[in-house]
Amino acid sequence: MSLLALSGIGKQFGGLHALSEVSLHIERGEIYGLIGPNGAGKTTLFNVITGLYQPNAGEFRFNGCSYQAAKPHVLAAAGIARTFQNIRLFANLTALENVMIGRHVRTQAGVFGALLRNKAVRLEERACRARAHELLRYVGIEKPSQTLAKNLSYGEQRRLEIARALATEPLLLALDEPAAGMNATETEALKALLQGIRKTGVTVLLIEHDVKLIMGLCDRVAVLDYGRKIAEGVPEQVRNNPAVIAAYLGADDE
Amino acid sequence: MEIFLQQIINGLVQGSVYALVALGYTMVYGILGLINFAHGEVVMTGAMLALSALTALIGWGVSPLLALPVSLMLAMAGCMALGYGIERIAYRPLRHAPRLAPLITAIGVSIVLQNLAMMIWGREYHAFPQLIINRPHLIFGAIINDIQIIIVVMAIGLMAGLMVVVHRTRLGRAMRAVAENQHAAQLMGVDVNRVISITFMIGSALAAVAGLMVSANYGLAHYYMGFLLGLKAFTAAVLGGIGNLRGAMLGGLLLGLIESLGAGYIGDITGGFMGSQYQDVFAFLVLIAVLVFRPSGLLGERLAERA
Repeated sequence: MSLLALSGIGKQFGGLHALSEVSLHIERGEIYGLIGPNGAGKTTLFNVITGLYQPNAGEFRFNGCSYQAAKPHVLAAAGIARTFQNIRLFANLTALENVMIGRHVRTQAGVFGALLRNKAVRLEERACRARAHELLRYVGIEKPSQTLAKNLSYGEQRRLEIARALATEPLLLALDEPAAGMNATETEALKALLQGIRKTGVTVLLIEHDVKLIMGLCDRVAVLDYGRKIAEGVPEQVRNNPAVIAAYLGADDE
Repeated sequence: MEIFLQQIINGLVQGSVYALVALGYTMVYGILGLINFAHGEVVMTGAMLALSALTALIGWGVSPLLALPVSLMLAMAGCMALGYGIERIAYRPLRHAPRLAPLITAIGVSIVLQNLAMMIWGREYHAFPQLIINRPHLIFGAIINDIQIIIVVMAIGLMAGLMVVVHRTRLGRAMRAVAENQHAAQLMGVDVNRVISITFMIGSALAAVAGLMVSANYGLAHYYMGFLLGLKAFTAAVLGGIGNLRGAMLGGLLLGLIESLGAGYIGDITGGFMGSQYQDVFAFLVLIAVLVFRPSGLLGERLAERA
């Protein structure tokens, strides 16, 4: 059974069909790439997958359950985490706090717990803090954990977003252009990080403009153009697909 | 010198109340970018509820030392329910509407609450029952009485507690995350609607305490008391930098001091031409001055960021 199964997903904004009849299956443990020219609907699809947009049509199944018009925090609890194309950290929270927010979905303490701070709450808070420190180290943030997110470098902010997403203990980690603005060395490090994440059993969904990164990293790739899926398969197949070359790679390579 | 010290004491007492109410404005603004103009009426409702509860409890022969905290709790609970209801009914359906829309419903809610209060409690002033012997204490020639001491101590305790909640707990972290970026917070599993409801409830609980404080201090409560108090607390929040918690506390205390010192000395300054009845003018002079010269307030940066 696929981890994520979309069938016939459609999303309209007024008269604009941002997505039509998109179906795709992401298997457990794979790295799945999503490419396409600007405006092809990649980010829209991401927003549908993470619950920011409700699709107008189609079926959405994740981890064996069907989700209709589910709110983002519900999908987060179900195991979908994401990063954003334009970094959306909590700029005035510390690096550590940003990751701890990611733990929110897996911790319990309610209002009264927060106010009374009984033993269970304190233990949970301590475990949450320890895990957040671990994740900061894992993604390679060397600066003090009390640094405000806005004072981290660009590359560090990208990695902090990944740490925050991992803190939710996702089954599916969705990354929207994680390599955007990175230099070659940083991109290599990112590649290693993502391969490491996959080894821990997390399925990765990746939107990327860096075709080399996608081709070198992904097990399977889907191509969107004008809101439709025009190709899907292993990178080698997709690279040689005439429709893809026409829509995207060809134009990009010239 | 005694007059100066006396005005400082009065200012601190009044300022503590402003600060508690200003926190309610600033928390809601910080999270929703909305000015909850009905907040002053929540303060009034808190005062009225507390007064009714007190009168009833005293009538049944409950000892004042028990009746006071019990009525405070009842007023807080009532106001939390009210705050929750206001957000749920008047603001949540308009979350994505143009920003003018919730501002108008805020004014609508405020009018509704005032009129409801007038129907329930009448138009007359209600005297606050004499519960404890309110002993005056002399400090360097100035007087501070028991109730005033309780007000200042309680306000400081509540503000410290709020800071701990906001900066040291899971809930507070969620509140700050929602204030920064609702979408991202939601994706981290934060139930944004719940956090917003809780924010309104915390602000309303503080408002209830403030309401009881004002009516205990002046010995009066009235269905219209929330209007001016609300405006002044709003001024205090703007003075400190709306959206900023420390700003609301600082702004509240400063506004209390400015008003009190202004009222104490305006007679001398104008040679008796204007008297302390001009006290209320100072708050609004401050509001105008802040909006003209430092619209982001003393500690604020939010307003500038969002505008």
